[in-house]
Amino acid sequence: MTTTDTVRPSLTAAELAAVRADFPLLGRTVRGGRPLVYLDSAATSQKPNVVLEAEVDFYEQRNAAVHRGAHQLAEEATEAFEDAREAVAAFVGADADEIVWTPGATAAINLVAYAFSNATAGRGGAAAERFRLAPGDEIVVTEAEHHANLVPWQELCARTGAVLRWFGVDDEGRIDLSHVDQVITERTRVVAFGHVSNVSGAIAPVAELVAAAKRVGALTVLDACQSVPHLPVDLHALDVDLAAFSAHKMLGPTGVGALYGRRELLEAMPPVTTGGSMVEVVTMAETTFAPPPQRFEAGTQMVAQAVGMGVAARWLGELGMDRVAEHERELAAELVRIGEIPGVRIVGPADARDRLAVVSFVVDGVHAHDVGQVLDDKGIAVRVGHHCAQPLHRRFGVAATARASASVYTTTEEIAAFREALAGVRAFFGVD
Amino acid sequence: MSSLEQMYQQVILDHAKRPHGRGLVDAPADHRSGESHQVNPTCGDEITLRVDVDGATVVGVSWEGQGCSISQASASVLTELVTGHDLADVARLDAVFHDLMGSRGKGLDDEDALDTLGDASAFTGVSQYPARIKCALLGWAALKDSLARSGALAG
Repeated sequence: MTTTDTVRPSLTAAELAAVRADFPLLGRTVRGGRPLVYLDSAATSQKPNVVLEAEVDFYEQRNAAVHRGAHQLAEEATEAFEDAREAVAAFVGADADEIVWTPGATAAINLVAYAFSNATAGRGGAAAERFRLAPGDEIVVTEAEHHANLVPWQELCARTGAVLRWFGVDDEGRIDLSHVDQVITERTRVVAFGHVSNVSGAIAPVAELVAAAKRVGALTVLDACQSVPHLPVDLHALDVDLAAFSAHKMLGPTGVGALYGRRELLEAMPPVTTGGSMVEVVTMAETTFAPPPQRFEAGTQMVAQAVGMGVAARWLGELGMDRVAEHERELAAELVRIGEIPGVRIVGPADARDRLAVVSFVVDGVHAHDVGQVLDDKGIAVRVGHHCAQPLHRRFGVAATARASASVYTTTEEIAAFREALAGVRAFFGVD
Repeated sequence: MSSLEQMYQQVILDHAKRPHGRGLVDAPADHRSGESHQVNPTCGDEITLRVDVDGATVVGVSWEGQGCSISQASASVLTELVTGHDLADVARLDAVFHDLMGSRGKGLDDEDALDTLGDASAFTGVSQYPARIKCALLGWAALKDSLARSGALAG
């Protein structure tokens, strides 16, 4: 979406220093006074002061139940809550009424899967026809998915008799589209895929997958967890039907995320969690439901967290996601240089093209857990394990990898320190 | 010695490099035998461990597995430690090792008990790292389960 002729420069050193100064946690030390080098942002990001302060400010000044109550606090709380929805919507190129608050991306994807179930069970009337599955219908995912965009679809298939199919990946972890028309067919009802792999960092061919899904009338579901914090994302331009992302990976609080759905789809989708706040008329016998997004927001919402997510979206938006992306492109180029270290093998694209600054790797002769421990001793925080993507690890024939991932506040100096520490790992374990 | 060196003591690294008991062995037909497969879902480490029990004595432990140096070394150490011991001794060693792993790096006050662990006492440093304790306990979990499955505990 960032065209090459309009790329704005990356962050200047002064801007990056100012960004870092806004994140209190980045100033702490670990493991006996070492400066923290936080390279686990793909798991969760750190939070700037503006986000922390927004949550405190909400509780100190505006806390009240939203969408009810005749008092001033209720008005102000509701305004803050809905203003955050507008901020998040604008950040991802959506309209405010297309954004449903959820506890996170996992909950958002499960919401969609259970809406299909409820429609299949007959709920939602004629409007919900698009969400009704029959035995033999197919749901398509990819081998690169995070478990959060795989297990809910497996379970939906088990409940409905639909069949799960998937795209494999090539040796760099890129989705193999060579047989796209044999995987996405007239039987396909849903195509669910991650925008960016949380393991390999590879960016998915969204346009090709959306086009293939449209050819057969299938709905597309985009797991945008790893893209929204790092790239300019315009969901209308991407033309996906539904999308999910979490606040905590994009500098916001835990406990909140969003489901995006095209307006007419959300209007047709039956509710999943039912109860207060999502209804129109309730009698002892039956209930009619509120229009979206409220239809999907039963019960008291995570208002302070939603406000924090809105602030995070505005903060990133003001910095400029094109510039954030350019900064992180530079970081990705620095990260993939670990492939030059003897005994280190990158699992995923070996270069910086069409990938983000998320790099998983193995060290010959040293288990990922042990790699992570030696890095931790130098103050360098990486993730180890399967990163909630066991099938992708199985595809690469490894049980576990270590993963370094950057965010807007990461510096090239930190990545140099990581490379230097990584170069010493095999010697520590006496492996040559 | 740094915390890292306390965890990765030479004895642990040696066991990880040249583990004892690796390669599953069939027990003689007149012995009791049990097998257990254990997985650490957070990191994907796994082990399949088999016990060979003659009467009330563990006469053989063998295993296949993949994982970090801590989990591999721990399986190796327990193989050496429990082989030749009767079931009551093995239960005691298991309890002492679990106590050690719960000591948050402080070790055990009962030095006699610690001595009974042999090379397994080198895992004191591991207990400083909460995320690694389950690595050290993976083989022990498989041992306990395989003994239960062997029927030997029922007498």
